[in-house]
Amino acid sequence: MSNIPADLRYAKSHEWIRPAVDGTAVVGITDYAQSSLGDITFVQLPKVGATFAAGATFGVVESVKAASDLYAPAAFTVLETNGSLDAAPETLNKDPYGEAWMLKVRVTGELPVGLLDAAGYAQQLG
Amino acid sequence: MSDLQRTPLRDFHAAHGARLVDFAGWEMPVQYRSILEEHKAVRRAAGLFDVSHMGEVDVRGPQALAFLEHLVTNEVAKLYPGRVLYSPMCNETGGTVDDLLVYMRGPEDYFLCINAGNIPTDLAWIRTQAAGFAVTITDRSADYALLAVQGPRAAQIVQSLTGAKLGAVGYYHFCEGTVAGVHCLISRTGYTGEDGFELYHAAADAVTLAEALLAAGRPFGLELAGLGARDSLRLEAGYPLYGHELSATLSPLTAGLGWTVKLDKAQPCTGHAALRREKAEGASHKVIYFRTGDRRIVRADTPVLGSAGAVVGRVLSGTLSPILNEAIGSALVETAAAAAALSVDIRGTLIPLQLAKPPFVPLKQG
Repeated sequence: MSNIPADLRYAKSHEWIRPAVDGTAVVGITDYAQSSLGDITFVQLPKVGATFAAGATFGVVESVKAASDLYAPAAFTVLETNGSLDAAPETLNKDPYGEAWMLKVRVTGELPVGLLDAAGYAQQLG
Repeated sequence: MSDLQRTPLRDFHAAHGARLVDFAGWEMPVQYRSILEEHKAVRRAAGLFDVSHMGEVDVRGPQALAFLEHLVTNEVAKLYPGRVLYSPMCNETGGTVDDLLVYMRGPEDYFLCINAGNIPTDLAWIRTQAAGFAVTITDRSADYALLAVQGPRAAQIVQSLTGAKLGAVGYYHFCEGTVAGVHCLISRTGYTGEDGFELYHAAADAVTLAEALLAAGRPFGLELAGLGARDSLRLEAGYPLYGHELSATLSPLTAGLGWTVKLDKAQPCTGHAALRREKAEGASHKVIYFRTGDRRIVRADTPVLGSAGAVVGRVLSGTLSPILNEAIGSALVETAAAAAALSVDIRGTLIPLQLAKPPFVPLKQG
């Protein structure tokens, strides 16, 4: 069974976002995403300062099996990227909600209404 | 996946947490835990693979040798009882029908191991080619299960379960004996570049043998390994996979397997004239192997770009080498372009291909 922490919001495309009260947030991919991809071998993340609309492609995650685009779960500006994923992308298979966070961002405007809570995301996975 | 064929170990795999996928019409384990970890376990200690989907064919009769010399490109006459031979078999134009192993059990008694995805076409081809020869061709694929134990600890693991003297069985040799009480054809062969054994046995005994090998192997570091690791191991070793480096339009010469094509053997094989012409005149394309120094996987069918930026070929196989930590692969490219710089475009990044002569890692065998 997939691990779906209750304190996160989820995009249907399997990214999570953890909003903080100061308008920043942390972004990553879900346990279901890493498990479906299998052994993750490469992660391509954007540069600090880049801005994305909600739903825009912000990077690529690649496994032995396939390469998949990463979609912004909200509109944001990138504040920091997790550089440790360059050398150790397999961390995503071990700790997708913790050590393998991808981006720290400043959210632009409100979070999209289409984001799911944990129960909604669990229901989508079936 | 109900319309897929299943090996006798399908439930064994499911019980051990395998991710089962459709491979050539068979429901097979692609991985149990992690392709990368299973790969490393085989290089470090040992892996246990179910390859029961492979096909087996008996070739028997007074003209068995003459027929096999006609069928395959390598020289069957140099076999003796207990010896195994790797060979392609070719069509009239020199393209490859399949690559296979030929086992000699006795003077008129041979056994073939063929690729799962090719069983129906191979059998039809073999029977057509057998016309006029005093041989009997019998499809034994459903009778046999096949387990491969591969890795530096494989010999110790299998030896702990058999009275057969494995030290006397050299690479590409075989013997018959019991392993964990199961009668086996014990073949010192494999598809990983490591020492190891392939154990042919009755399908009904597969679960017994798999459980015994797993239990005996665990203290040595043996892990269950799926087809994902099997593919990355064979590519690291530089072994061809039918449908990638070999096909009906790709000859063994184009694939760099000239050592398996004996054009001067006493009895020429099917495709002999075309192969002789290719060898004399050279081919328009060749299979090359490459590494990139980058972790981005260069996947099959990616266009290969020449020094002027034009497409000069395509990738046949590509993966991340878990040992080298960089992308490795093979490609079919125009022969004239292969001498100059080659590259691929991965999502907008131009990545140069560094030509490599496989194996990509030092092999213990092969």
